[in-house]
Amino acid sequence: MSADTAEETQEAVETDPVREAIAKAFADHLGEGFIESEIIPGRDLWIRVDRSAWVEAARFAADRLGMTWLDFISAIDWLPSPFGRDMEAEQDWVVHGRDEKPVGEQETGTAGGDSRFQMMLRVYSIGEHQGVTIKADVPDDDLSIPSLLEIFVGANWHEREVWEMFGIDIVGHPDLRALYLPSGFEGNPMRKDYPLVARRVKPWPGIVDVEGMPDDGADDAEKTPVAESEAIES
Amino acid sequence: MLTPLAIELAYWQETIIKGVIGLVAVLLPTGALVYLFLFKMMSFMQSRLGPMETGPYGQLQLLAEFGKFLQKEDIFPAKADRFVFAAAPFVVLVSTFMLVLVLPGGPDATFIDINTGIYFALAVSSVSVIGILMAGWGSASKYSLLGGLRAAGQLIAYELPLVLSVVGVVIMAESLNLSDIVHKQNEFGMWFILPQFIGFFLFLVSVQAELTQPPFDMPQAESELVTGFLTEYSGIRFLLFFIAEFATAAIFSAIGATLFLGGWTIPFVDANAEFMNYIGPLVLAAKMILIAFLIFWFRITYPRFREDQLQRLAWKFMIPLALANIVITAILKVAL
Amino acid sequence: MTTDHITAELDINDNEQLRYIAAQAVDARVNVELETEGMTLNIGPQHPATHGTLRIVAKLDGEQVIKAEPIMGYMHRGYEKLTEVRTYPQVTTLVNRIDWVGSFANEVPFILAAEDLMEVEAPPRAQWIRTALFEMGRIANIMLFLGDMAVQLGGVTAVFYAFRDREFVLNQIESVTGGRFHPNFNRIGGIKDDLPAGWIAETKSVMQKVRDFCDEMEDLVVGNEIFQLRCRGVGVIPAEVGKAYGLSGANLRASGVDWDLRRDGDSRLAWKDLDWKVWTHPDGDSFARYWVRLQETREATYMVEQILDGLPTGPIMAKVPRIIKVPAGESYVQTENPLGVMGYYVISKGELTPFRVKIRTASFSNMSIAPWLLEGVYVPDIATILASLYFILGDIDR
Repeated sequence: MSADTAEETQEAVETDPVREAIAKAFADHLGEGFIESEIIPGRDLWIRVDRSAWVEAARFAADRLGMTWLDFISAIDWLPSPFGRDMEAEQDWVVHGRDEKPVGEQETGTAGGDSRFQMMLRVYSIGEHQGVTIKADVPDDDLSIPSLLEIFVGANWHEREVWEMFGIDIVGHPDLRALYLPSGFEGNPMRKDYPLVARRVKPWPGIVDVEGMPDDGADDAEKTPVAESEAIES
Repeated sequence: MLTPLAIELAYWQETIIKGVIGLVAVLLPTGALVYLFLFKMMSFMQSRLGPMETGPYGQLQLLAEFGKFLQKEDIFPAKADRFVFAAAPFVVLVSTFMLVLVLPGGPDATFIDINTGIYFALAVSSVSVIGILMAGWGSASKYSLLGGLRAAGQLIAYELPLVLSVVGVVIMAESLNLSDIVHKQNEFGMWFILPQFIGFFLFLVSVQAELTQPPFDMPQAESELVTGFLTEYSGIRFLLFFIAEFATAAIFSAIGATLFLGGWTIPFVDANAEFMNYIGPLVLAAKMILIAFLIFWFRITYPRFREDQLQRLAWKFMIPLALANIVITAILKVAL
Repeated sequence: MTTDHITAELDINDNEQLRYIAAQAVDARVNVELETEGMTLNIGPQHPATHGTLRIVAKLDGEQVIKAEPIMGYMHRGYEKLTEVRTYPQVTTLVNRIDWVGSFANEVPFILAAEDLMEVEAPPRAQWIRTALFEMGRIANIMLFLGDMAVQLGGVTAVFYAFRDREFVLNQIESVTGGRFHPNFNRIGGIKDDLPAGWIAETKSVMQKVRDFCDEMEDLVVGNEIFQLRCRGVGVIPAEVGKAYGLSGANLRASGVDWDLRRDGDSRLAWKDLDWKVWTHPDGDSFARYWVRLQETREATYMVEQILDGLPTGPIMAKVPRIIKVPAGESYVQTENPLGVMGYYVISKGELTPFRVKIRTASFSNMSIAPWLLEGVYVPDIATILASLYFILGDIDR
């Protein structure tokens, strides 16, 4: 879906042999575990691997490709928010009705994906100035992923954060404790179905941007969004 | 000391007057040091103004601070050893007040004129260690305990170079009596700072350590131990510690002035003249301010040592240097 | 612009380091012989050494740290969650508060990531002004460190000089953006306003003041024997360990890693057109970290001057729709922020709000090495090491 974001206008970066070589090296090394790769020429490289190849991909990046610098480890919850656009409070619905935007189908981003949760690892090679984002799907029925601690000692806190924010179990992590949240906190705040309570109970003044100006004569119930194509001249 | 007044006073009257003078002799220099150096010099060195609103150039700030501390609640930590906690500031303060006793302010203006004056002064100055240990232990706080133990280790380590640095002066003056030391300098026609410059340097550094001021302020170390043994103190008890610290600074400066800068005497002025009893204390105060300036200058400029580095400095550098100074002084004394 | 305005004095003090390790070993042996009991010391969340609300639980054996564990979250504000309910222009207001002393630099990588997805590029003048303000934010940020590190070691005076001279820089930032700490000046496609009249000359004189401040710090702090005694050989980070923990910025450069994203990373800002030098130090100890940051501050002043001299003319905003809807896609942009590498992984689904923003902050990774680094040091070195790692609590907790 994001292949179209490549910069067609600049022919010079249409191809990116370095990143293609890196993707190919991953594909050759991981074999079955390698699922997909995506390159935006001149900008970035994504690799998607199977969960079973998660550790091996990281080790290959660190040991063979010199990507020894750990950027971050995180996760994505691809579930479309069940709370609509999340821009309105419940008390706003009383005035002008609920924004009946249907909750869309789950769709995943760059390099695709099959499951709701996806792990993200970003490593970087300080010598070559090349980074790669490695993704791995975490099946819905078994939310767990092996730990990368043996490859990156710095993975400790990142994995603890993933564990507490997304509820993805990190297998092999010796010290899975809450990093940020107080003990006794229930739920995994970064999941999409975890409501942001403050937003539910209080109207958000920032919504004003997409409403008509007060002197447009528009009634409260009838918002007139400004045409999106209207561009400002600098 | 009241003989120059030539008035017969009953013993109790004399005692009261001496007590008042003693209080003034401790509190006035303390206030002067705090205002001059802590409020003003420190501010100017740090490119700010310091207190400016209370009185001309903020001179009444001291009273305001005093009032502030008096108003504050006297808090005892829940698990504190209440008696020890409460008594600690007084122990420290007692040591300070006993120090001032031996200071000569003029040919006859002394509280007590004992033959082992400098010995007495250095001995009672160590009493404050007990007070600090009491504060550290009694607070039932880990920070206080660490601070108290650091203070004990540090004060004991620096007691030695302090005593040894004075020995050179004692050898030259052939006396432990502070008045005698002052008179000897006058007779020599030379302050002891010139022949005993190593002793003076060691004395200054040791005093700095005794006062637990930067660069030797590990017992208080606000960035590590919050304020060490002072962490749990508030209100009047904190004020007592505060007064004790700066009063001790003032008195040690005065002792330094007595030992190395000729005390209350002025060069080329008859030291036994009657009027020296009245001018003497002022001269001593001026010289005290001079030495205190050095102490506070170090305090404001330097970062602090680590505990092991401080001990290494004391045992591996200062004590050998002090011993060498003694040996050289003794040899020269005998040879010349 | 020459870069040899200061000759590097790098006398590697191995002896100091070896002596320190030997002393630690002796201590440990004595403690084993005496069978002393450990003590747990709770440092923070309100403690002068943690400048913020970091908490460190240290297990002590006498003055020696056996084990230290940072505990965060006292300032966790959930920015990653909050960004999901803010429109793109609103997000900059939020991310301003991550590293609150170098705010301008926080906005830039997010805006760049959003521009990536929208395929707009800010005009050159906007990029240059961004770079200038970015570097001034860096100066303001690191000046605080230069003073604060001395305070952590007990020398209170330096921090007053730092606050005094930082004020000039903040005034300059304020006169452009209207905000001393939280400019919120970046827009997708450019910046909000052009520079005010007379600003360039004023800023140049301020940069001279900052250089004077750096000289002052070199005299007052770096040249101080006690400071060197306290910092040399304390908290040594080998380059490989630093990389594995994800350290970045001056912390890694002080370990001899020649890596600076201003030179090696995203090419949109003006750094590539300037003549400047990446400072490194081979020691990797606390002193090296201070030294590198001091040189970087001085280097940044020269960079700002070059930017002001070569500022291109032209518009400051690209053509962008009035309502920002970012096309679907993913983009990761990281820049060399004052504290280290900061990156934003922005996932858009073509809506008004980002679908997910992963914020990679420098202090988070920089602090994660703390348990490893604090093991076996003395209590006073906790303050030294934490100060030299230089973290901002908002940057750890987000």
